[in-house]
Amino acid sequence: MRIGTGLRVGAAAAALALGAGSAIAATPADTFVMAKQIDDIITLDPQESFEFSGNEINANTYERVMNFDATDLVNLRPAAAESYSVSDDGKTITFKIREAKFASGAPVTAEDVAFSLQRGVKMNKSPGFILTQLGWDKDNVDKLVKALDPKTLQITITEDFGPAFVLSTLSANIASVVEKKVVLQHEKDGDLGNGWLKTNYAGSGAFTLRSWKPNESVVLEANPTFWRGAPAIKRVVIRHVPEPATQRLLLEKGDVDMARNLSADQVAGLAGNKDIVVESSPKAEVYYLALNQKDERLRHPKVRQAMRWLVDYQGMTESFLKGRFKVHQAFWPSGFAGSLTDTPFRLDVAKAKALLAEAGYPNGFEVGLDASNSYPSINVAQSVQATMGQAGIKVNIIPGEQKQVITKYRARNHQMVFLYWSPDYVDPHSNADTFARNPDNSDNAKSKPLAWRNAWEIPELTKKTDAAARERDPAKRLQMYLELQKIVQEDSPFVVMFQAQDQPARRANVTGFVAGPFADQTFYRLVRK
Amino acid sequence: MRVTLLVFRTLGTLALTFFGLLAVTFVIGRVVPIDPVLKIVGDRALPEVYERVRQELGLHLPIWQQFLLYLQKVLSGDFGRSALTGQPVLADIARFFPATVELATAATLLGVLLGVPAGVVAAVHRDRWPDHLVRVFGLVGYSVPVFWLGLMGLVLFYAKLGWVEGPGRLGVAFEDLLEPTTGLLLLDAALSGEWEIFANALGHLILPASVLGYFSLAYISRMTRSFMLAELRQEYVTTARVKGLPEWRVVWRHAFGNCMVPLVTVVALSYGSLLEGAVLTETVFAWPGLGRYITDSLFNADMNAVLGGTIVVGCVFIGLNLFSDLLYRLLDPRART
Repeated sequence: MRIGTGLRVGAAAAALALGAGSAIAATPADTFVMAKQIDDIITLDPQESFEFSGNEINANTYERVMNFDATDLVNLRPAAAESYSVSDDGKTITFKIREAKFASGAPVTAEDVAFSLQRGVKMNKSPGFILTQLGWDKDNVDKLVKALDPKTLQITITEDFGPAFVLSTLSANIASVVEKKVVLQHEKDGDLGNGWLKTNYAGSGAFTLRSWKPNESVVLEANPTFWRGAPAIKRVVIRHVPEPATQRLLLEKGDVDMARNLSADQVAGLAGNKDIVVESSPKAEVYYLALNQKDERLRHPKVRQAMRWLVDYQGMTESFLKGRFKVHQAFWPSGFAGSLTDTPFRLDVAKAKALLAEAGYPNGFEVGLDASNSYPSINVAQSVQATMGQAGIKVNIIPGEQKQVITKYRARNHQMVFLYWSPDYVDPHSNADTFARNPDNSDNAKSKPLAWRNAWEIPELTKKTDAAARERDPAKRLQMYLELQKIVQEDSPFVVMFQAQDQPARRANVTGFVAGPFADQTFYRLVRK
Repeated sequence: MRVTLLVFRTLGTLALTFFGLLAVTFVIGRVVPIDPVLKIVGDRALPEVYERVRQELGLHLPIWQQFLLYLQKVLSGDFGRSALTGQPVLADIARFFPATVELATAATLLGVLLGVPAGVVAAVHRDRWPDHLVRVFGLVGYSVPVFWLGLMGLVLFYAKLGWVEGPGRLGVAFEDLLEPTTGLLLLDAALSGEWEIFANALGHLILPASVLGYFSLAYISRMTRSFMLAELRQEYVTTARVKGLPEWRVVWRHAFGNCMVPLVTVVALSYGSLLEGAVLTETVFAWPGLGRYITDSLFNADMNAVLGGTIVVGCVFIGLNLFSDLLYRLLDPRART
């Protein structure tokens, strides 16, 4: 009988379903398991990676010429290099390369370091500009970046930058050291090993890459020969868990040691759980409202002023942004040297109304606001809509997929937009370059910094920004960035509102996880459990 | 002669179907207001890098030319690279599709094994309590959002009771232990005799499969019930009863036997829709399946991946259609002549 058999199989399946409740084990003692959204990774080649998750993994698997360390996130020090000296004209820096080994066992030489930097320039992928802005291109880089002997590297820049800035760029992911011989063994059609290194590994960092399965997992293994010492934990498993609620369940159950993407209400829900610790740490992203200066209303200085008083900064950070964002009103995030931490603006509708009246808009106007249709953008947009409405400005929210919003923004087709910016490397120039520099405001300009996207014509400020990048006195240089931030804060198309905060939630037995403000400053090597 | 003609006509229809499917998907992908270059080079790249990638993607060409180029590549077996994962699209699909097949098959098995008998029982006991029970149960399965059901299932069976394994396909301790041959974890584990991995994978599969299976059960039981009701009203059923046949024989052999053909279509369609991927279930259960892959790709205008996924889904539906046609011939004596 067909059906009789079917029923028996059904009963067996049901029995199996009930019986499969094997005991759920905690994570293995020598393995650190993390739940995280890692679908942004498109490559793990450090000379190509430009995504948060990819850079974080590179930061734990590769060493860079200059670097921060898990024990000191503020002072930039030589890393793959041991020391350096700067020539009198400030254009040439000579590095002594540290005694260290690649995971393969081969020593790290100046030739490897030179190759890595040359590779970054020649491949010229997304992060390529970090090095090419120094004046290097595929034709001159072999001459300007070279190994003098196995332990000495010399670099010369042709653009007008101070050494402090150059050293900062050499702490970016693109300045990670890859093993020349191994990479070139896998070269295909002159790709400098890029196709292979996307998913493979040739570094000297704290961990080695064991596997990356896109949208699924990344597995790292401790590198016992790492020059700062072997990591405390043997293995790191990062699992892609897209849904935050699922991350929370995994964490509570003990199937992961850390959850990285919990929402504010989930964090609140964990408050009573003694097994779980949540700590906030500031991140480098700044969130801002931008006003397109092609719109004559938004170009009026008084309107730009009024907009600054029509945002409920406190109200938002005390409600739906609680724990995840703090008020920050300058373009360089706090937690780094040279940040302006003043927050002069608050919600003041009366003041804004007066300013609008002076500008000739006593009854406000109607304006579109593009925002990504996900948390927190859409929520912030709604708050802004409400507070601007109190001053008569009718805000029409135009929600879209993030990529869609950015596409429109890059074409300068928006009126107002709410977005975020994160620096590309730890140096205030990374943000000044985009918020306070616009060398060519024409529609077909080559580069599209944020100032350009909002059609903000600023020849004077551009000069000031260039001068700061050139400055050789570090203290004076930071002073110049404070001044730049002040100018942009007081009057610009940018209403900088918030700085993001990360809230990694961990099991109480886990210690030593270092979450710096920058994705590249997230370190696993001290993790213990 | 007639057979060759039939084969040619079928192949021609297939080719035309695929061409249309790809053309429409391609155009949709190109007209969405998302810049595909952004996912690859990011928002900050230099203009020359941006331009180089744009040319590599062929975006500077007119859209029909882009489409022809794509077709040409596909015909030579090159599906391109996904911008989203940086991997060849074929490699991605080889990883994501088996995960979806595993989940969809388990869910459909549950749906058929429980849904068909439930539907028959409901029809036989029309308007009495077993019928009400099945209908209410089905209604809940049909109307509760699968996202919520999945999360509640996790809270109850995983977090509170600990009966099943958590999200993902495999426990952390088993990560990387098994070399994929078919990509179907259960099958791979069984083939290599790794029964511990098999049990762990099964523990991970049961909950998402049950959640999806509930949905398909609800649908299948409703359809079975209505097919059965129609059959039970027929005169041959009365004749069978008059002849004194036992009731179970009347129901299962006579009436149900005639429901099989339409049921095959229902089951094949519901299986097909699960094979497209169940985005929400995959999200809740961190299941690396095809649905999420295609959806994410679409949001990033990653056309190689979207088109590759479309071809797979197209093949699935065409394959299932052929399969259910074959089954008709087996089940329905009239179709055999």
